[in-house]
Amino acid sequence: MGNPMKIRAAVKDGVTEVKVLMQHNMETGLRKDADGNLVPAWFITEVKAQHMGRTVLEAQFGQSVSKNPYLMFRFKGGAAGEKITVSWVDNMGDTRSDEAAITA
Amino acid sequence: MNTSKVCKAMLLLALATSYAAVAAEGEVTDSDRIAQYREMISDGNPADFDEMAGEELWKTPSGPKKATMEKCDLGKGPGVVKGAYAELPRYFKDTGKVQDLESRLLTCMTTLQGIPEEEITAKPFSSDAKKSDISTLATYVVGQSKGVTMNVSTKHPKEKEAYEIGKLIFNYRAGPYDFACSTCHTTSNVRIRMQDLPNFKAKNSAQAAYTSWPAYRVSQGLTRSFQWRLNDCFRQQRFPEPKFASELTVDLTMFLAVSANGAPYAGPGLKR
Repeated sequence: MGNPMKIRAAVKDGVTEVKVLMQHNMETGLRKDADGNLVPAWFITEVKAQHMGRTVLEAQFGQSVSKNPYLMFRFKGGAAGEKITVSWVDNMGDTRSDEAAITA
Repeated sequence: MNTSKVCKAMLLLALATSYAAVAAEGEVTDSDRIAQYREMISDGNPADFDEMAGEELWKTPSGPKKATMEKCDLGKGPGVVKGAYAELPRYFKDTGKVQDLESRLLTCMTTLQGIPEEEITAKPFSSDAKKSDISTLATYVVGQSKGVTMNVSTKHPKEKEAYEIGKLIFNYRAGPYDFACSTCHTTSNVRIRMQDLPNFKAKNSAQAAYTSWPAYRVSQGLTRSFQWRLNDCFRQQRFPEPKFASELTVDLTMFLAVSANGAPYAGPGLKR
């Protein structure tokens, strides 16, 4: 299981702004280590955000996304105290899911 | 007006507009864009993860003595972490030396936890392959001084001495490039590549620079400690590599820290 994410969500005028900081190495598979060996590709492929069982964001990530990706998005709806769940899957089949409560 | 004239006029008009657009955009400097980028991700600083990891390390028994770092005295009494970094480097009675954060952590790790010093100083900086415990601990400690006003003392004679030596080192020109720290860091509004260089003779600039380290380096994907910063400065000047947590690095840190006195500590920072 991957390392925890940092999620913050705040609702304002009926729009919830979500900020997610993920912890992931995001190796492109093109980089070589100090010994000249290829570092195997290892990156997040899918990100999904759910609010009360409704998918509010689905994204496909690739090698071009930086290490420890930061993602911000907004969706209509959401109220203080409700949960938002963000999860990712990487190309090694590893997965991580974290949730946070929406603040006003 | 014939067609060709109309075309010409339109072309001129188009050129004029594009020129205006460029000019307007030109007013936004690269440093503005960097500042914008920093602000955008400032509440998503990956150094936060190292702060969390550092806190865990702090509270986890380690080394041959199976001890935690919770009894480590950073100058405000054993175990007091809050605000400690804003007063470092300082003179420590038990070691009889002026120490910066990392040399003090080294003392605690060797005395409290019983880890041999060589084991820690052999690879004191984080790399892709392995994060450094001492750097991670430092990230946690500095995070506990966020917002605390920098107040580094030079009252003790040893502290005063460290400050004076640090000042000498800062201005000492040597090496194949005949460089000193002051070569790049005593002029305002100069830059290296896209980064504005801090001017340690200008209070504001010195404060902004010192209080934003340690920092997460986006290009390296790692949180870098202050000892690393100095080590790399010496490398850039083509000086011999300074020994980790040596008197030289502590004295220089002393000089730089004092120049930041009065400003709230703002790290761990975020760099390109």
